[in-house]
Amino acid sequence: MSLEPVFSTRQITKDYHMGDVVVRALKGVDVALYPGEFVVLLGPSGSGKSTLLNILGGLDQPTSGQVFYRDQELTTWNQRQLTQFRREHVGFIFQFYNLVPSLTAYENVALVTELVSRSMSPLEALKMVALEPRRDHFPAQLSGGEQQRVAIARAIAKRPAILLCDEPTGALDLATGVLVLEAIEQVNRELGTTTVVITHNAVIAGMADRVIKMSDGKIAEVEQNAVRLRPREMRW
Amino acid sequence: MSILDRKLRRDLGHLATQAVAIAMVMASGIAMYTMALYALHSLQTSQTNYYQKYRFANIFCNAVRIPADLMPRIQALSGVSAIDQRVVFAALLDMPNMAEPVAARLISWPDSGKPRLNDLFLADGRWLDSERSDEVLASHSFVAAHGLKLDDQLEFVINGRKRRLQIVGVVYSPEYIVQIQPGSLLPDYKRFGVFWMSHRHLSAAVDMQGAVNDVTLTLERGATEAAVIEAVDELLAPYGGTGAYGRDQHVSHRFLEDEIKQLTIMAWVSPTIFLLVAAFLLNVMVGRVVALQREQIAVLKACGYYDWQIGVHYLKLALLIAVGGAGLGLLFGYWLGQNTTRMYAEVYRFPVQQGSLTGTIVWGSLLISIGSAVIGTWRSIAAVISLPPADAMRPATPSNFSTSWVERIGLRWLLPQIIRMLLRQIQRQPIKSLSTVFGMAMALAIMILGSFSLDAIRYLIWFQFDYAQRQDITVVFNQVTEHDVVSELKSLPGVSEVQTFRAIPMTVRHQHASRKISVMALGDEAPLYRLVNIKEQIVPTPPEGLVLSDKLAKILDADLGDRVQLTALEGTRHSAEIEVVRIITEYGGLNAYVSPQVLARWSHLPRTCSGAHLMIDSATTTEVYHRLKNMPQVASVNLKGAAMRSFEESFAANILTMRLFNIIFTVIIAFGVVYNHARISFAEQSRDLATLRVLGFTNGEVTSILLGELAILTVAALLPGCLIGWGLAAMLVWGMDTELYRIPMVIEPATYWFAMFVVVVAAFLSGLVMLRKIWALDMVSVLKARE
Repeated sequence: MSLEPVFSTRQITKDYHMGDVVVRALKGVDVALYPGEFVVLLGPSGSGKSTLLNILGGLDQPTSGQVFYRDQELTTWNQRQLTQFRREHVGFIFQFYNLVPSLTAYENVALVTELVSRSMSPLEALKMVALEPRRDHFPAQLSGGEQQRVAIARAIAKRPAILLCDEPTGALDLATGVLVLEAIEQVNRELGTTTVVITHNAVIAGMADRVIKMSDGKIAEVEQNAVRLRPREMRW
Repeated sequence: MSILDRKLRRDLGHLATQAVAIAMVMASGIAMYTMALYALHSLQTSQTNYYQKYRFANIFCNAVRIPADLMPRIQALSGVSAIDQRVVFAALLDMPNMAEPVAARLISWPDSGKPRLNDLFLADGRWLDSERSDEVLASHSFVAAHGLKLDDQLEFVINGRKRRLQIVGVVYSPEYIVQIQPGSLLPDYKRFGVFWMSHRHLSAAVDMQGAVNDVTLTLERGATEAAVIEAVDELLAPYGGTGAYGRDQHVSHRFLEDEIKQLTIMAWVSPTIFLLVAAFLLNVMVGRVVALQREQIAVLKACGYYDWQIGVHYLKLALLIAVGGAGLGLLFGYWLGQNTTRMYAEVYRFPVQQGSLTGTIVWGSLLISIGSAVIGTWRSIAAVISLPPADAMRPATPSNFSTSWVERIGLRWLLPQIIRMLLRQIQRQPIKSLSTVFGMAMALAIMILGSFSLDAIRYLIWFQFDYAQRQDITVVFNQVTEHDVVSELKSLPGVSEVQTFRAIPMTVRHQHASRKISVMALGDEAPLYRLVNIKEQIVPTPPEGLVLSDKLAKILDADLGDRVQLTALEGTRHSAEIEVVRIITEYGGLNAYVSPQVLARWSHLPRTCSGAHLMIDSATTTEVYHRLKNMPQVASVNLKGAAMRSFEESFAANILTMRLFNIIFTVIIAFGVVYNHARISFAEQSRDLATLRVLGFTNGEVTSILLGELAILTVAALLPGCLIGWGLAAMLVWGMDTELYRIPMVIEPATYWFAMFVVVVAAFLSGLVMLRKIWALDMVSVLKARE
């Protein structure tokens, strides 16, 4: 593992204004993510893990502190630059898949590959998640697990520098969840994409190289796993 | 306030902009309805009261000379209630501020008391003093048009002799609510005036002592008008009767009735369009609200609310918008109605113009708005009522998409993802998309309907006065004159061409239909007054046979080759059958033409003329007018198109105001429709759009999906809108097709283009409003929410 991090943050904070109340979601977080690393961000809801993920992905800006992508400071960028950054370097996977219902599986992936020049073909990406036979189905014709695998194909098709997954199995049953995690793990292994998975399910932490535990807007603990478990080996 | 009502209030608050947009469309419809009905009610009550109070006659007859002792025989006819006798005479008026002679009509006024029929309303001054020979009562419209005062003196040429007469009173007459010079299509209050003069003195001036030339009468209840007309005609025939006619052929009455007919059409057509669009918008909006609140509906039902309570709750949402719009529309329509009535007062001269917002109008408006709200929302309400609570607890089945037909015909790989997305979006909700296309098309149609009349009037002026008729003025003689008057007219300075004509009042009959008209024999001296066919080709008067105007041919159901019976209503009263050899196009009146040879052969009379068309050199116009004023045989001088032009001028401002309102109404519909569609599409797709933003799509790219959909729908509405606009205009032309005049079905390309421009701009504006919403899309929170 290289010593140059892909992402790093310095003392980032994030405040939300809810009416007159200011909620501090992040209270000075320092974190670094390294190339090819599989990181699980663990913590109860409200601990600030989604906020951190959104900031890393360029969806949101911190209230204070700095965020670096390699040697560039994300926190100085405007919206247009952040959009360009997401377009080229970040793959997102969401709890509710967020496929475009009016596009087929193939087209949902092509949506991204049309934007980026060095992407893989939509078929290649669908093959990686074993959904090539369902390429012409619309989201409404796919099961939840299948939809999430299309979302993974969509996220990885552009060969992103980082894959950010927010509760990717949160809406799925156990067996389907395992299939989805296997797909994510496979992408991480075969493409060497730095992967961050948010979960409140501690079992998933077994898959990770590193587990970052968050609580109350701060990093509470960082654990290094000696051995990464395969999703099938994990016991719920 | 019940909890449900509180919810309603808040829901309405969230939907504020959309609700206002729909209410505005509703308000526009109700405003048009109120305006038309208000004006209609005002015209009708003013007319009815005026006719009744001032004893407007039912039947009108003219003759050359009716001896006084014939009156008891007319009075004794079965069905006749009251009769009144008068002398009516055409004169010329030399107005100091106008070069051209002004046409005047002098009517005798009883030397004592009031006439039995067609009484006058004295607005200013006093009645005539029968001892004095130099007094007249003047019609209010003429006095107002010229800014005259009481005691002003006017110079008349009566029967070839100059007379100075003094205005002692200003009056209104039920016979001249609209004052139109014979031979003209439209009122021109500057160039035609009506005056009343003491019977004794007028009779003396026009050699009518012991006789009259005009009789009017009213009918007894239950009497048949046609039978009385026939009897009167028979009595008057030996005295040169030119055929009695009822109110339906009376120019002022006819003109007013046609306006009432138009208003009636207007009271229904435009409001129907607006209310249909409003119903569509409510349908889409309430449908969306119900879909969004599925789970809330389930909870309410689970809590024990009755189905109907929840149904009523959503119906109230639609009703509040509809009734709010109706209230606004009533106020605006009331204001518009008052203004329209004021505008009418320029043309229709009533002593008192009545007008009020009647209960019928108010309740009618409310009922119509409620009706359109119910029609628009019943489908959604029915869905609310029938929704089983357990079903409603589960989220609705995800939206089902399929490939669009554009893709299925093989264009799939040509289309970028974004285009595919929006095509499928449009196709997935055909009702919503069609509603929007329909609404936009209607906005366009309303615009075309409102602006085409200007095209039609311009075409009419060109057709009638620039193309068909080449003369500058038309002179009508007091009486039939020998043909050698041509040389006299030609010798006037600056007169370059003269074409005489002989107009003979006749009855034309074919099968069961008949009309009393003036058959015109056009002289062959110069082709000034030309006949034109539907293809805009000049038709020379054929040496044999009869030429009918298209409207007359239609009324008589006579086609080329049919033989039509003509009976002269003067002279020998000869009757003959003549073959129809040409049918020509005309937009005013009912006319028939023959060659002078046909007329001479048929009537066994030497060639005579009753008037002449003149072409004059513009440099000598004043001189020609001056000479005409002094020719004893000249009864009236018509300036070609002057009435039409002055009408257009005086109404130019009104037409512009109408046009502005039209644009406003169009923008209201187009904006409302597009905004409603955009808001709902945005709400439905905001999650997809936010996802795309997260995936790295720029604001511009995401915007193009939503606005692209609107653009496609707007473009799709253009052709249907133009077609519907054309159809509505054609309907209006059909509705306004009367014996008095027709409107040509002409819509200039510029009118279509301008209407499309207005609609596109309105759509663009609502797109701009949406832009702010798209750009403010919160990616993070949208992603968190479940679909």
